[in-house]
Amino acid sequence: MSTTLETMDSNPGRSKFLVGGLLILIAVVYLIISSTIAGAQTYYTVDELLARGDSAVGTPMQVLGAVLGDTISYDRDTQTVSFTMVHIPADNDVVDAQGGLAAVLEAAVKDPNRQELQVVHIGIAPDTLEHQAQAIIVGTLREDGVFVASELLFKCPTKYEEVQPEQIDA
Amino acid sequence: MVADVGYGALVITFLLCFYGIGAAIYGVKKKEQSWVESARHAMLLSLPLLTISALSIINLLVTDQFQVAYVASVTNRSMPTYLRVTALWGGQEGSLILWVWLLSAFASAVMLRDWKRDREFLPWVIIVCLVTLGFFLILIIFVENPFAKMWITETGERVTSIFQPGGSEPFIPVDGNGLNPLLRHPGMIYHPPMLYLGFVSFVIPFAFAIASLVTGRTDDRWIRITRRWTLWAWLFLAIGLILGARWAYDVLGWGGYWGWDAVEIAALMPWLAATPFLHSVMIQEKRGMFKHWNMFLIILTYDLMIFGTFLTRSGVLSSVHAFAQSAIGPLFFAFIVLTLGTSLWLLSRRWQDLKSETRITSLLSRESMFLINNWLFMGILVVSFWGVIFPLLTEALGIVGDTFPSLSHIFTGQKVTVGPIYYERATGPLLAGLLFLMGVAPLSAWRASTARTLGRAIWKPFAVSLVVLVIIIGGGIRHPGALLAFWLCAFVTVVTLYEFWRGMAARRRRSGENYGLALWRLAARNRRRYGGYIIHLGVVLMALGIIGIEIFQTETQGTIAIGKQMSLGEYSFTFDKLDEFDTRDGRNVARAEISVFKNGEFVETLAPRRDFYYESGQRMTIPGLRSTIEDDFYVLLVSWEPISAENATFKAFHNPLVNWLWFGAIIFILGTFVAAWPEREKQYMPIKTDQSIATAST
Repeated sequence: MSTTLETMDSNPGRSKFLVGGLLILIAVVYLIISSTIAGAQTYYTVDELLARGDSAVGTPMQVLGAVLGDTISYDRDTQTVSFTMVHIPADNDVVDAQGGLAAVLEAAVKDPNRQELQVVHIGIAPDTLEHQAQAIIVGTLREDGVFVASELLFKCPTKYEEVQPEQIDA
Repeated sequence: MVADVGYGALVITFLLCFYGIGAAIYGVKKKEQSWVESARHAMLLSLPLLTISALSIINLLVTDQFQVAYVASVTNRSMPTYLRVTALWGGQEGSLILWVWLLSAFASAVMLRDWKRDREFLPWVIIVCLVTLGFFLILIIFVENPFAKMWITETGERVTSIFQPGGSEPFIPVDGNGLNPLLRHPGMIYHPPMLYLGFVSFVIPFAFAIASLVTGRTDDRWIRITRRWTLWAWLFLAIGLILGARWAYDVLGWGGYWGWDAVEIAALMPWLAATPFLHSVMIQEKRGMFKHWNMFLIILTYDLMIFGTFLTRSGVLSSVHAFAQSAIGPLFFAFIVLTLGTSLWLLSRRWQDLKSETRITSLLSRESMFLINNWLFMGILVVSFWGVIFPLLTEALGIVGDTFPSLSHIFTGQKVTVGPIYYERATGPLLAGLLFLMGVAPLSAWRASTARTLGRAIWKPFAVSLVVLVIIIGGGIRHPGALLAFWLCAFVTVVTLYEFWRGMAARRRRSGENYGLALWRLAARNRRRYGGYIIHLGVVLMALGIIGIEIFQTETQGTIAIGKQMSLGEYSFTFDKLDEFDTRDGRNVARAEISVFKNGEFVETLAPRRDFYYESGQRMTIPGLRSTIEDDFYVLLVSWEPISAENATFKAFHNPLVNWLWFGAIIFILGTFVAAWPEREKQYMPIKTDQSIATAST
């Protein structure tokens, strides 16, 4: 944009361009701020969310966790998917220190002291919803402590990168 | 053995990069062309070497060499050969090899051009290409080595390393993990290489821009040389994005095509910087303006391309795409800072030489329209960039909250992300603005253009577009956003066709050719201009598809018994039967058959199905899809009762107009071919005189 400003030096039409550019700038800034407010979702781990208690109820957010496979159920009548999610750390460094994502997911679902979050979602279960999947869910926490998810995202493709083969040739 | 050959070739190429950079610099310093020639040969030699390396990996992939960790992670014994070959880009390490191979191939092609008129650029183009190549080779050799093998040490620990650790035994798995079934789709097979083609080809115009800055030959020669490269790069990137969208529509089973995922945006951002670049270089060629700006845009495109490769490869952001976390993040960051800093420093050194030769005088002139177009694209780019970094920013800003407790409720240090709502809201008005410009700009004159001249040119197409609007309202559409969007589409279409018509008619009057011939020759003589118009028409058609699915998509879901019916709008379908069977390639398939009716008339039988891959435990939902120019009826099999198969749950989407998105994409691609098709190099003269709108030519 500096090009134009410079081009416009001592040009009688310069103010028109300044005004035009400024208007676009203001419009872009306005759009970014207002849309950020409209679209913002705070990102929590299960532990962080549970630690916030009731103050977390009602605000849109994303929650990270690991899926417990035997809790997955689908109710045909209400077309509701429900499952339980347990805490996993969000920080990549922590994950690496604990042996990578696959190891973290496995440890999380086996941990007897884990914190759990119940999730319901009206709609279909994605193909990637399975035991030990890393889940990012979008939605709000209900007053009874159940998380109502409007969007489910499971990161299973990861496992093709990270799970090492276990067999060995004799 | 094969792995060692491949690895050796990589290391030699890496050393060759050092030699080439050194030779080119020495050649420039000592003014000895023979050293530059030697550097050129080093650049050329990298291609056969990297070809050996790439072929080595492909050989390992197709011959089940599971000791190689990469092979074990992306292939298994049951995969057909063509999929094993494409597994070259199925994971991080392999895709980086594809990246460097492409760069080497493009740079070699450039090396073979006729350099007579641009000899001073040659050493610097070589240096930029080799620095980029060298950086990626560092990543491959030291961090993400696709040739690394697995070993079992004496203590029973499994390690991955290129050389056998002392006292260890080779670890050879019986079978590999196999390629994620979600990625076994034609769209997914071609999507990554197309994106990479686009990414990598932007290195070439960037290299010439840098060469121009370093040598001080700051006329528009670099733009003329690289114009076609830029167009091809831009085209490949667009094809990559479109294939990704199509893949999402066909395979991911959510009825959409674009989710504003961070990685999608990472691929979109270089395109958002390159598109204004393509437009504004025309102004530099014609009027000698926007020189700083064009330099800035190509530098930005290059670094956004590196940033895009980084985002897709580092796992820094949570995303379905971020399938690996590794140490390459800091390296990428350092490289981006280094290249961006150096480029901008070079630009500042040449600031005076790049002064504009002329000035914009009218807000309604063509130059001015291009300028506004550039601003709007920058606006969309900033919106996208902000959305991508916002989560990182909010997390980092926790430090503000910690330092100033009074602000701690705002800066909590908790990561905050922005969803699709953010992007749709913020980019919508900017995209509408771009569409509007697409309609107005072709009719505005260069240099001086007044409201009167523009009005005279525009009123006819404007009136026609209003008639179209009235027809659409008559058709029963009331949604204000949709009406505005449809009107914009109509306006751009009418203006563009009007431009073709005026050009054709004028040529016909002059030459006496018939309409067809006149149109053909008109487009052939002004390929960039008329190719550009075809691209605009493609964009409008794509916009129709996007409006259709974004505003008018409807969906329903239900469980029905065999013989029963479900309906959605004009459509309904009956559940005829459900089969469950195993296939030879290791899948269990549940396949429903449904009869689709439109307004009560039978139209088609669809077979939505669910594939279960035994080895990987992965499921994949393939929609039953009836696709017409009017709408898509998209049905997913959600669940069923396994044995009796009496009941099944379906989810159905009605996606009006969505086919125009794909059809428009094809027109868009054709238009780019027209614009980018090689023609003999000729010396363009800048327009010196005022021209009336009708004869303004590109």
